[in-house]
Amino acid sequence: MKHWWWKFLAIALLLVASIAALWVPLSPALVHVSPGRIAPGEVVIHVTGYNTRFSPDMRVFLENDGQQVCASQVEVIDARHARIVMNVPKGLRASMTDLSVQGLRYPGAFYNDDLGDGIESAPCGNVNKVDMASLAFTFPNRSILYESIRNLHFHVPMWFTMIALMGISVWHSIRGLGGNSLERDRKAVSAVHVGLLFCGLGLATGAFWARATWGAFWTNDVKLNGAAVTALIYLAYLVLRGSIPDAHKRARLSAIYNVFAFMLLVLFLFVVPRLNAIDSLHPGNGGNSGFNDLDLDNRLRLIFYPAVAGWVLLGTWMYDLRQRSARLRELIEQ
Amino acid sequence: MNTAEIAQLLRLEVALDLRQRAAWGGMLLYVVSAVYVCFLAVKGGLGTATWNALYWIILLFAAFNALSRSFQREEGGRQLYLYTLADPRSVVLARTLYNGITMMVLSLLSLMFYALFLGSEVLSEADLPQFLLAVVLGGIGFATVLTLISAIAARSGNGLGLMAILGFPLVLPMLLAVMRASKLALDGVAWSVTSTYFGGLLLLDVITVTLAWVLFPYLWRD
Repeated sequence: MKHWWWKFLAIALLLVASIAALWVPLSPALVHVSPGRIAPGEVVIHVTGYNTRFSPDMRVFLENDGQQVCASQVEVIDARHARIVMNVPKGLRASMTDLSVQGLRYPGAFYNDDLGDGIESAPCGNVNKVDMASLAFTFPNRSILYESIRNLHFHVPMWFTMIALMGISVWHSIRGLGGNSLERDRKAVSAVHVGLLFCGLGLATGAFWARATWGAFWTNDVKLNGAAVTALIYLAYLVLRGSIPDAHKRARLSAIYNVFAFMLLVLFLFVVPRLNAIDSLHPGNGGNSGFNDLDLDNRLRLIFYPAVAGWVLLGTWMYDLRQRSARLRELIEQ
Repeated sequence: MNTAEIAQLLRLEVALDLRQRAAWGGMLLYVVSAVYVCFLAVKGGLGTATWNALYWIILLFAAFNALSRSFQREEGGRQLYLYTLADPRSVVLARTLYNGITMMVLSLLSLMFYALFLGSEVLSEADLPQFLLAVVLGGIGFATVLTLISAIAARSGNGLGLMAILGFPLVLPMLLAVMRASKLALDGVAWSVTSTYFGGLLLLDVITVTLAWVLFPYLWRD
């Protein structure tokens, strides 16, 4: 029990994080509002929500430059659809108008070109602002991302795990540089094998996420180039190993390549993107925020950090099994 | 490691290459052939972006061709002889320096041929000093990365084939950065924008040379 408590921890963390990542609902949001343009007079608005619970007594209003216009009639079709009648007055000050339904805001819902000096505005009703749905534990609901936000808990930990495994590998390569240690070499290559598996998983989860949000499985982006370069480097490492028959020479040359490649890789992944990041789509690059600014992002973090820890521990465990089985194979062959 | 030894080794490199003129002739012919193939394949004028991309692709392959022979010379006994005479760190620094100079000359020469065959209209709007700086820095960058790679490939015993596989992923990010820098230079963007790229490329070069300096002694002894 002393030595392998962390394996139980890995399983527990992974189970909790993965189930939560798939189970937790998205917070309610307005996903579609039509029409997109309003003019003074009576306007009929159709609103579509996601995970919402529309009710006839909900508070609905337009907000234009701080001034509010209350709905004259709210007709709830079902929990996600509502038909709203608005009497839009003349004299709205700003061209973009927000819509607020049941405390959910749809910014810039309408465009209006009939501008004036403002209207007489009074707050619409005094319904308590906290909706029941917002009390539950939910993930942020972002346009474009929507349900795919769950992938954060799978895609990103893969890369964390891969970097950790490549770190283990390069650590053994550095320690093995002095003498042609076959044991260090075995550990280094085992870590690379498992690391490449996680690299593949990271590429796969990333490709599906990219398809869902950007419209293509692969785009020309610094982050994606970094991922491709990483995969190529470690595949080249394996090719180099395969081409040298002598075990000691293989250990030495591949350790040198591993150290050289890893150091350059760190530079490429963390320095070059700063140079080329102007036109990156990836979160955390080129002026795109990571997920830090998402409202109540602590809800994401609460799942994300255990997921990272769980996957890194699982990767380390797999590496340990791999290098032990490699050792057994060597012993059998002798 | 001392400067006198490095200078001595550098002189040895130059002398050996002067003795084997075919080597330089081969490199030049490779570039000229590549440029000519591009000339035949591309009919009509090229846009700035394509012109730039094609030039760097030619230079990339020229670099692999030129630098893969950098450690092919030392086979068996000769390597042992050099090992007893010189400090490995001097050897790698001298060779990186020599390869850097080679690539600088080669990239400028290929630029000349390239402009000759594929048109130099693109250069008329460019900030020429900036573009030349990008070309020179890119060439030197390829040389610094590929020197150690060519040593590893040569030591593994099947040099030429491995060189491209090992070197390509390591050169790729540098290629992307330098392509972008030279594209900006071709568009005539101000120094204040491009200097970040040049600084980054210089930093990469310095770190690469340092890594080669640290790692080469382990590679050298058998």
